[in-house]
Amino acid sequence: MSTILEMQSITKTFPGVKALQDVNLVVERGEIHAICGENGAGKSTLMKVLSGVYPHGTYDGRILFEGEEVAFGSINDSEDKGIVIIHQELALVPYLSVAENIFLGNEQRGAGGLIDWNRTNAEAAQLLARVGLDELPVTPVGQLGVGKQQLIEIAKALSKKVKLLILDEPTAALNDNDSEHLLELLRQLKDHGITSIMISHKLNEIAEIADSTTIIRDGKTIETLDMLRDGVTQERIIRGMVGRDLEHRYPPHESTPGEEVLRVEDWTVHHPTQPDRVVVDNASFSVRAGEIVGIAGLMGAGRTELAMSLFGRTYGSDIRGRVYLRGEEIRTRSVDEAIGHGIAYATEDRKKYGLNLIEDIRTNISAASLRKLSRLGFVNGNEEIKVAEDYRKSMNIKSPTVMALAGKLSGGNQQKVVLSKWIYTDPDVLILDEPTRGIDVGAKYEIYTIINRLADQGKAIVVISSELPELLGICDRIYTLAFGRVTGQLPRGEATQESLMELMTKERENA
Amino acid sequence: MTAVAGLKDIFTRNLRTSGIYIAFVAIIGLFTILTDGMLLSPGNITNIVLQYSYILILAIGMVIVIIAGHIDLSVGSVVALTGAVAAVVVIKNGSPWWLGVLAALAVGLLVGAWQGFWVAFVGIPAFIVTLAGMLLFRGMTLQVLENVSLSPFPAAYQKIAGGFLNGILGGNGFDVFTLVIFAIAIAGYAFSQLRARQARIKYQQAVESFPLFVLKLVLIAAVVMAFAYQLSRSRGLPIVLIILGVLILAYQIVTTKTVFGRHVYAIGGNLHAAELSGVKVKKINFWIFVNMGFLAAVAGVVYSSRSNGAQPQAGNMFELDAIAACFIGGASTTGGVGRVTGAMVGGLIMGVMSNGMQLMGIDQSVQQMVKGLVLLLAVAFDIYNKRRAGAAR
Repeated sequence: MSTILEMQSITKTFPGVKALQDVNLVVERGEIHAICGENGAGKSTLMKVLSGVYPHGTYDGRILFEGEEVAFGSINDSEDKGIVIIHQELALVPYLSVAENIFLGNEQRGAGGLIDWNRTNAEAAQLLARVGLDELPVTPVGQLGVGKQQLIEIAKALSKKVKLLILDEPTAALNDNDSEHLLELLRQLKDHGITSIMISHKLNEIAEIADSTTIIRDGKTIETLDMLRDGVTQERIIRGMVGRDLEHRYPPHESTPGEEVLRVEDWTVHHPTQPDRVVVDNASFSVRAGEIVGIAGLMGAGRTELAMSLFGRTYGSDIRGRVYLRGEEIRTRSVDEAIGHGIAYATEDRKKYGLNLIEDIRTNISAASLRKLSRLGFVNGNEEIKVAEDYRKSMNIKSPTVMALAGKLSGGNQQKVVLSKWIYTDPDVLILDEPTRGIDVGAKYEIYTIINRLADQGKAIVVISSELPELLGICDRIYTLAFGRVTGQLPRGEATQESLMELMTKERENA
Repeated sequence: MTAVAGLKDIFTRNLRTSGIYIAFVAIIGLFTILTDGMLLSPGNITNIVLQYSYILILAIGMVIVIIAGHIDLSVGSVVALTGAVAAVVVIKNGSPWWLGVLAALAVGLLVGAWQGFWVAFVGIPAFIVTLAGMLLFRGMTLQVLENVSLSPFPAAYQKIAGGFLNGILGGNGFDVFTLVIFAIAIAGYAFSQLRARQARIKYQQAVESFPLFVLKLVLIAAVVMAFAYQLSRSRGLPIVLIILGVLILAYQIVTTKTVFGRHVYAIGGNLHAAELSGVKVKKINFWIFVNMGFLAAVAGVVYSSRSNGAQPQAGNMFELDAIAACFIGGASTTGGVGRVTGAMVGGLIMGVMSNGMQLMGIDQSVQQMVKGLVLLLAVAFDIYNKRRAGAAR
């Protein structure tokens, strides 16, 4: 094996912050190289240096690619050499076809400089076959799911004669099936001599697929582990990432469930624009005070749709069913009504649905409770700051003041702001949708601790999550959803990843 | 270390808004020199106030519309329509002046409700709704006026935009009453600032040092009193300035201190997050446009009063001046950011520039070009700032 890439003592500073300090990275040709580190450790910055997003001259250090020193001035330069980066947020145009997206910026021209559509579509079809995607080249990308879009990004990279493929959190938004498929594809590409660098938080995937792993912490290289030789475990990687042993990834917790707080019966939701499509089908579940209940389900099972339709009908059409709060039937036809009944919903996509990123922490925390802070329509600004300050301290939001913009916080701290916002509405029921998505191991632990604290205060908590270990680690009871239906519930003691997965994939029984 | 970061954050946050004040002072300075001080003469200052009051009134409503992420292209036509209605009521029917004002305001509210309905409840983008409104209300103006201008208004109506309060307390070369009113206003401002400061201290918030606080107040008082003195040496306190002052104060409070104002910013900043936080988005959007209609009617009354009549083509292009004032004043093109005070300064920047160039006898064509470039540069500055803030992350 020869070395394809060598980054030598890379240092990158932003005003006031040293994002990378003497980072070294050596990648062998034809391997899958994982990069691990907490959020903010500098992984993405390093990849931006490599791909030319931060051009040569804005950092110190040397990059050797295929043995020669390179100085990229832009992404185009690095792509010319065969380095392609696929970002976490996919960069596809939803209204263009698969083929158009694959060759966007690299159009296949024929006579007279006009686009040769036959060649474009034919080559796209070949690339789709290579990534194992059974779709027509003329299908608009917007009609495909995230998993398939990810594959199109890879097809696009292949069309550029990629030698080194960089994937930033490729499976973060994928369900288990799609993730598995993607990892398999990476293995195939490896067999064809394509080197991959993969940034990921999913340690089980890294353990499964990576040949070597470089761990970055606080902008410095900590170590590079040879996954094959060293017999590296997930715990070993975590130790490198956080610099300490996380004996338990989940804080110990004993729940003492009280009376039943929320009960949902026969909840049926239809798709907002296709009214004959049933998204949630006769779902029933309940939560007791002080209990943490999980909802497991594959992507598309209707988890978020169930939660949002309950929360003021913010999703769906033709919603039917009954909701009981402490035995009394309530209506939750608007968000206002839902909040009024003590229901809170923290969204899975905090940037899009949870926060006003251009406003400060204070404004975001008070956003759902202005009524409480106001008299005759006038907001008590001082009281508001005091409340926000209290939450900043009690939730350990890392920011010097509550006047800092929400958009400037890290994922974990943003999530704490979202949680503060909902806790301040003083809810009886908290529905947390993917509460730890995209945040690092340390912050996850903090979020779990907060969830436990809330349960101890007697709140009824519903956690929706794609990560089964997380549900198994913090929930007292787990419901499974499949194709919009509740297919089962398991108490903590009986649930395993296997038993949950079986229920999550259960097809409709001879309907 | 953290305190420094906090300070830096406050500075970058405020650069967008404070930059505009610096630009304003610079432009005043520039034109004062270019016009040999004519710009700041008592008569001219009074003129600027009278000449741009209706644009500033429109900009108050417009900035709220823009913060919520909308736009209103129809305000020029609404100014014409409401002025025409007032003219028909007062001039044609011979009703008293206040009936004309009430009729104009009622029409403004109706127009606002109409546009608010389409934007908020039907969900048509405001750009389209108000583009349609621009044509619709211009056509209505022609209908109401039957294609001819109406004038003159009785003296009482003319006083709204052309009248002055002076001589009540006598004066020698300057009007004492004007100075007293301004002095009271400054005292009130200083008192409210002091109370806000005390409250912040009580809640253990950071405040600027007391000498700095006093210096700031003294500086503001000096500038305002100088302005008042110039007014008092001319014709005294313009009635329209009182209207404008009350509106600015009221809407400054509405945007910064009320739940409604918070919701406007929330909608513009992140519509989905606002919805999921229980903000009644449709209702808020509806009232934003009703309010815009109301303020357009106020501007219509002031404009018709100042021009002493109603013309079919009144208020042409006013919408663009009002929109420009907001953007120069730091409002964001994507919503969520903006201030009433910023929009006022933005409007005054345009006003001072126009007025200064008029005094210098610069051709109308050049004036337009300069105004266009200033708008472009202001928004470019805004985007540059945003990018820098983004890169610092």
